[in-house]
Amino acid sequence: MGNKIEVLDLNAGFGSTHVLKNISINIPKNRVTAIIGPSGCGKSTFVRCLNRIHELVPSAWVNGRVLLDGKNIYDSDVDPVDIRRRVGMVFQKPNPFPAMSIYDNIAYGPKIHGMKAKLDEIVEDSLRKAALWDEVKHRLKDSPLSLSGGQQQRLCIARALAVEPEVILFDEPCSALDPVATAKIEDLILELKENYTIVIVTHNMQQAARIADFTAFFLMGELIEYGETAQIFENPRDKRTEDYITGRFG
Amino acid sequence: MNMLSRKAMDRLFTFFCIASTALAIIPLGSMLYTIFVKGFSVISIDFLTKLPTPAREAGGGFGNAIQGSFIVVGIASIIGIPLGIGAGMYLAEFPNSRLSRIVSFTADVLTGVPSIITGIFAYLLIVLRFGGFSALAGGVALATMMIPFIVRTTEEAMKLVPAELREASLALGAPRWKTSLAVVLSTARFGIITGVLLTIARIAGETAPLLFTAFNNRFWFDGVMNPVATLPVMIYTYAISPFEDWHAQAWGSALVLVAMILVLNIGIKLAAGRRW
Repeated sequence: MGNKIEVLDLNAGFGSTHVLKNISINIPKNRVTAIIGPSGCGKSTFVRCLNRIHELVPSAWVNGRVLLDGKNIYDSDVDPVDIRRRVGMVFQKPNPFPAMSIYDNIAYGPKIHGMKAKLDEIVEDSLRKAALWDEVKHRLKDSPLSLSGGQQQRLCIARALAVEPEVILFDEPCSALDPVATAKIEDLILELKENYTIVIVTHNMQQAARIADFTAFFLMGELIEYGETAQIFENPRDKRTEDYITGRFG
Repeated sequence: MNMLSRKAMDRLFTFFCIASTALAIIPLGSMLYTIFVKGFSVISIDFLTKLPTPAREAGGGFGNAIQGSFIVVGIASIIGIPLGIGAGMYLAEFPNSRLSRIVSFTADVLTGVPSIITGIFAYLLIVLRFGGFSALAGGVALATMMIPFIVRTTEEAMKLVPAELREASLALGAPRWKTSLAVVLSTARFGIITGVLLTIARIAGETAPLLFTAFNNRFWFDGVMNPVATLPVMIYTYAISPFEDWHAQAWGSALVLVAMILVLNIGIKLAAGRRW
């Protein structure tokens, strides 16, 4: 088992605000890594640095190294567009493209990357992987807004899968969903780790305990503790981690 | 304050609001009523399809002016809509650039330019250079009026598109131009189409910019480089003439113009309510 992503001395922020401080962490391949921590600790900023989405916000800055399969994605010869295809992302709020049909939402990515042959197959395959195919196969031409919140989020997962990424970043993917829809997404994430490397930001510690192999605890922009999930929850080494997971703050 | 006087104040204020609304609607109602009463008797198939006749000669119509209005507004749309949407997209995508601030300021100033000045601009730009009044010059004058409204409406509509949609597209590895067109612009399209149609309805009745650009013509449309009749200019010419029957015809064409603009406006409201 190797490391898919190695982060070395990552610092990031907006203007004069320093959000991430000297983060170094290894994300293992084909495993689920959870990032936990209180609001404003830099969890989202951290994952947004892994696919170079962070830098799209005006005034955002980043330095340090993020090695994807050993190659720094912030090197000047790297095309951020290519990184974003290889490192997919699922956002907090389901965000299907409202002006496109369910089918076109999935087909949008593959079309951009020139995967125009077998488009129907890619769409079906992606929807199957996201466990949504049976629910939408008869209404692929409908608006995605006709789906429930949980279905929309699985549509967004299918959309991310369609461009054949290697890593998928989940930024609090269940915080807008009810418990049943949440359980479906969690099952899905466990299935996906067979073929993808997964990083999930979550507010919900039970969720991290249920699905993550490794857990990282962030506090005020610093990585406080990182290790196997069982160790973090049962035997935290740092006092602050213990305080957080026992609910003393955050 | 005791309860009785609080209720009395409440009622007084409600009455005041209703009275103001009524006062604001009266001029509109009165205008539509007058135009309808005075104009309706003139309207006929001939009036809508025939050429005007000389004064004191019965019959004839405003067919050429109706045709000409469509053509001039059409030319204005061909020029104004792409330029306006393009500039509006630029403002929405690069809100902090130096050029954006200039474009934004220019659009604000253009909105406030009196329409007669817009006419002079097109006169200098097209009429003088190409040696005569023309449908093209009229179209350019109206396009100049359209652009700032379309710029603003496009910018506003695109800024309403949530940032998460833009990020979702970029996170799939879509380049920025593709994201702007396929996701942001297409999500904003309802708002933009509504704004464009409202702008067309607004400029279709403009007279001043056409007086010395499109000028007027007593015959059918004869190429974009020739003068052309339009409804507003026809109404103006007929209304200030000394002939009684011309006055009646001016009322008739006023009714046609108002009806066209009303239909467009009501159509937009209905379609917008149904989200197309």
